[in-house]
Amino acid sequence: MKPFTYERARSPAEAAAAAARRPGAKFIAGGTNLLDLMKLQIEVPAHLIDVNGLALDKVEPTPEGGLRIGALVRNTDLAADERVRRDYAVLSRALLAGATGQLRNKATTAGNLLQRTRCPYFYDTAQPCNKRQPGSGCAAIGGFTRPLAVIGGSEACIATNPSDMAVAMRALDAVVETVRPDGTTRSIPIAEFHRLPGGTPHIETALEAGELITAVTLPPPAGGRQFYRKVRDRASYAFALVSVAAVVQRDGTGRVALGGVAHKPWRVEGAEAELRRGAKPAMAAILDGARPTPENAFKLALAERTLASVLAEARG
Amino acid sequence: MPASDTPSVTRRSAMAGAAASAAAASLPPVALAQAPSAAAPAGALEAPVTATLSLTVNGEAQSLELDTRTTLLDALREHLHLTGTKKGCDHGQCGACTVILDGKRVYSCLTLAVMHEGDAVTTIEGLGRPDSLHPMQAAFVKHDGYQCGYCTPGQICASVAMLEEIKAGIPSHVTADLTAAAQTTAEEIRERMSGNICRCGAYSNILDAITEVAERQA
Repeated sequence: MKPFTYERARSPAEAAAAAARRPGAKFIAGGTNLLDLMKLQIEVPAHLIDVNGLALDKVEPTPEGGLRIGALVRNTDLAADERVRRDYAVLSRALLAGATGQLRNKATTAGNLLQRTRCPYFYDTAQPCNKRQPGSGCAAIGGFTRPLAVIGGSEACIATNPSDMAVAMRALDAVVETVRPDGTTRSIPIAEFHRLPGGTPHIETALEAGELITAVTLPPPAGGRQFYRKVRDRASYAFALVSVAAVVQRDGTGRVALGGVAHKPWRVEGAEAELRRGAKPAMAAILDGARPTPENAFKLALAERTLASVLAEARG
Repeated sequence: MPASDTPSVTRRSAMAGAAASAAAASLPPVALAQAPSAAAPAGALEAPVTATLSLTVNGEAQSLELDTRTTLLDALREHLHLTGTKKGCDHGQCGACTVILDGKRVYSCLTLAVMHEGDAVTTIEGLGRPDSLHPMQAAFVKHDGYQCGYCTPGQICASVAMLEEIKAGIPSHVTADLTAAAQTTAEEIRERMSGNICRCGAYSNILDAITEVAERQA
């Protein structure tokens, strides 16, 4: 790791202001992704702002009938929250499908949203990567693409977002709450929070410099039967090849978001009318415009079959 | 010769001594970490930064002055000389560094020591002693839950805290009903222990050891 100075933040607004003052500053909460990347010198912050002392670790009801999840709520605690298990089961399932017990005990809600990609070329500092070193090129394109994106990619980047939690939050229409360095707050719908790579794959979210996530808000329960089905190369502790987060109502309508296929949780609201006609037309509409490689084209069939399995269970 | 006259040289102290003399012979007096880097990013610091830290380890208060880069794992091993906690991958992939932090199992390699001011850490040395083993340590011995033993401290810390997670009602990926209490089935234990790798493949005996402790606690 490169040397860095360290401070403990006293309030969210002070943390954001401190981050804006110091070039190269980063927030640290669970640290499970950031420290891994710092050891590899993929992340080289000159200053760390420890936000663990901020009182952002509660899950509270909102006046609208939803839940407000503090940015520092640990993945274990969110998955185990009785209200989440009962009313937002897709979120609990997604959290439990990710990482390991030890990681979930440390990893936070905001940190999970800000996870960096696990593209092998992003991790290999001997390779060009537009995300790690803007303008250096993309070694993944024309390289080993099996785990990479099949839709929404660009000529600059075909990395995927690794989060399971964010896929469930996309299906639930979550909203990300933040505070900016000038002390103002804003709410960012999760659909707009993660970006497609375009020509700037190193800019992964809508956050501005120094902006700090304070909470994630869930709207009132969507009801229906909720599923998170993750397909991976081993039974536990692996990233998704494809995952399906679904909320399916009794009448066959519903919502579907996909993980493992794009630079962001992938949801196409306009395609969801096809759900009542079955997995094949629905997934064709959701993945319309996909540009897979010969190595990862299997993800299209896998996504359709995973959705078919979810819809069969929802009917049964 | 009476045993008390024998100088106490362990494999570890002999190796540490050899490493120290090798380092003294081959390194210039200035630490390598301070050498200027050709590709330093804007705002990068070149000199190490230190910070002070007070925390409780195995019930004892400890005060340390550390490079901010020191992980909790390195603080335990290199500064407090509690070498029971092992460094395997150093990237949160193997579980050998698992310790119990304020009652919860974590990877000590993926957290900075300075982030744990005032916290309480339990390592394998704090769970039991050779003459008074923790029930999980005794069960690992009884069921031969290891071969080389390198992953064992992490396996034992993880399994002790894992059984507490089940008692606290925390569900897992294989819990069929999210609204019901989780059970200590073999399937549950295997899933919940997936963050601890055993390269020797002693998994079936590890499962037997954990199962015995879980059944005794039930």
